[in-house]
Amino acid sequence: MKFGKLLTSAVLALGLAGGAAFAQDKTKVGFVYVGPVGDGGWTYEHDQGRKAVEEAFGDAVETVYVENVAEGPDSERVMTQMALDGADLIFTTSFGYMDPTINVAAKFPNVKFEHATGYKRADNVSTYSARFYEGRAVQGHIAGKMTKSNIVGYIASFPIPEVIRGINSAYLHASKVNPDVEFKIIWVYTWFDPAKEADAAKALIEQGADVVLQHTDSTAPQAAAAEAGGVVTFGQASDMAEYGPFPRVSSIIDNWAPYYVARTKAVMDGTWESVDTWDGIPTGMVEIGEITDAVPADVKEEALAMIEAMRTGAYHPFTGPINKQDGSAWLGEGETADDGTLAGMSFYIEGVDGEIPN
Amino acid sequence: MDLSAINPVLLIAAIISAATPVLLAAIGETVVEKSGVLNLGVEGMMIIGAVTGFIVAVNTGDPLIGFAMAAVGGAGLSLLFAFLTQVALANQVASGLALTLFGLGLSALMGQSYVGIKPPRMPDMPFGDLPNMPVIGPIVFGHDAIVYVGLLLVALTWAVLKFTRAGLILRAVGENHDAAHALGYKVKRIRTMAIMFGGACAGLGGAHISLIRVPQWTEGMTAGVGWIALALVVFASWKPWRVLLGAYLFGGISQLQLNLQGAGVAIPVEYLAMSPYIVTIVVLVILSADKSRAPASLGRTFHASG
Repeated sequence: MKFGKLLTSAVLALGLAGGAAFAQDKTKVGFVYVGPVGDGGWTYEHDQGRKAVEEAFGDAVETVYVENVAEGPDSERVMTQMALDGADLIFTTSFGYMDPTINVAAKFPNVKFEHATGYKRADNVSTYSARFYEGRAVQGHIAGKMTKSNIVGYIASFPIPEVIRGINSAYLHASKVNPDVEFKIIWVYTWFDPAKEADAAKALIEQGADVVLQHTDSTAPQAAAAEAGGVVTFGQASDMAEYGPFPRVSSIIDNWAPYYVARTKAVMDGTWESVDTWDGIPTGMVEIGEITDAVPADVKEEALAMIEAMRTGAYHPFTGPINKQDGSAWLGEGETADDGTLAGMSFYIEGVDGEIPN
Repeated sequence: MDLSAINPVLLIAAIISAATPVLLAAIGETVVEKSGVLNLGVEGMMIIGAVTGFIVAVNTGDPLIGFAMAAVGGAGLSLLFAFLTQVALANQVASGLALTLFGLGLSALMGQSYVGIKPPRMPDMPFGDLPNMPVIGPIVFGHDAIVYVGLLLVALTWAVLKFTRAGLILRAVGENHDAAHALGYKVKRIRTMAIMFGGACAGLGGAHISLIRVPQWTEGMTAGVGWIALALVVFASWKPWRVLLGAYLFGGISQLQLNLQGAGVAIPVEYLAMSPYIVTIVVLVILSADKSRAPASLGRTFHASG
């Protein structure tokens, strides 16, 4: 009897909720995250973008997100569910969602999709990414100047163009100011695994690295560096300011909010089109977090000058002469890399040791 | 390639420390499964331990209290599982999965205001100058207390299961709960205690990650260690020393491959990255070629009337 009563009220409540949902005509925006929103890095910043969308449009939008979605088939299921639940626009925020996004988009032609850091588009699939390599140039410069052991450790995630570009850009600018610098690269094959990231950072530090760069999403390497002492790090994807002023001496911050707001607006206005966006420091999609006083004043000044030169477009991080790892010429004197080559970058530049995993 | 960059002493010390979370979780689950219960909620209990230990350690300033409360937290969550499976007679697989999901969500909620905080440092073991001995110092004496607790638990679990009456009863319940019941043993009570032991061990393991290995709190920071622990128990054929071997193999090769990458060894990174899983499975499968098998009542629901 009691149970039956409970059941009845539950059904009633459901019915009411369903009715309420039907009554409104909200634009529903979905987000698929690769890590938890509390990772303090990559996913955290995407979620800040989501919150910005809610703030900008208030009751006119409804946002939903699913975190910790594995790259691959699982993500396809999550996207499909979002689309079935009436999402108008879905942001898929990791490289490994590329094919799943294309597959699901083909099944839901009326739903708009936005895939981060990929290169496959369709009529209802846009791609967007940020030119993180601009920030890597600044990091490389500071790293090259600040390392005493001349060993820079690099925690790499997956061997995809975005990560390889970052390694090349950082190495290029480190070796420019310090020809003796050596990069030790560890591929951890994960975007988010604090324990593994900490282990990788410790292994690098034990092998003599006194600067650790990371292309993974958690703050674990920062904590490992703080524990070891005397090791310089940079915030990745998010400011990670809680580890400043040392070991974290600066950071790359991904600011997705303006883009997410603009794209949501486009869907509301019916002006959404499939585009390829690749913005960097000039538009503010890439921000450089505060360079702390742990960095010598002259180095800080040079770094700020480089940021300014990239903002105005006077300087491109990949400006020749640059050779590929095998010694063959890539860019001639004064030549800058074109976006096509950068987008599909699958080679190291001269001086980087080791092979890129396939 | 520059192998001289790898310091073997530091590497072995790192291996022992890195294997501790998975070892603790796996030894706890071994006891649970020996009692005939399959608890897939290890990951959830670990993360609850990680966050409880972290919160308590930060607020009391004492990591040891943190670890104690982590064990209590893990055991507390496991009580939920015990209630579902032993009292409500729910399906163990489903309840375990639910426990993991619940643990991940609850820990994220609990830890919200603890992101970016540094936990207090674990006090060194009272070994005096011993850790400064060459070679043996860092490997044998250079660890935190929890590493030794883990080793001790393995030895204890082995001894209790093999030599004591309590161990015999636990195994009897796991092999044939109806017979054990007929002999007058309290099947549910024994299983509940085993489940709580497993929860406490998993909680300790989780706290080792958040208080020592990383040390910080990040949502979802156990990142699948609980699942590896579960697999380890099966491949170790429910034998404590093999669990230890498996944990060290897995932890060891995970560490080694990172170091080899850093040293620029000319083995393709893909092979290095998958090597911990493959080597651990191969070794344990070869070892389990003997007649060892799962406890006969593993995963079966017990009801006194049936």
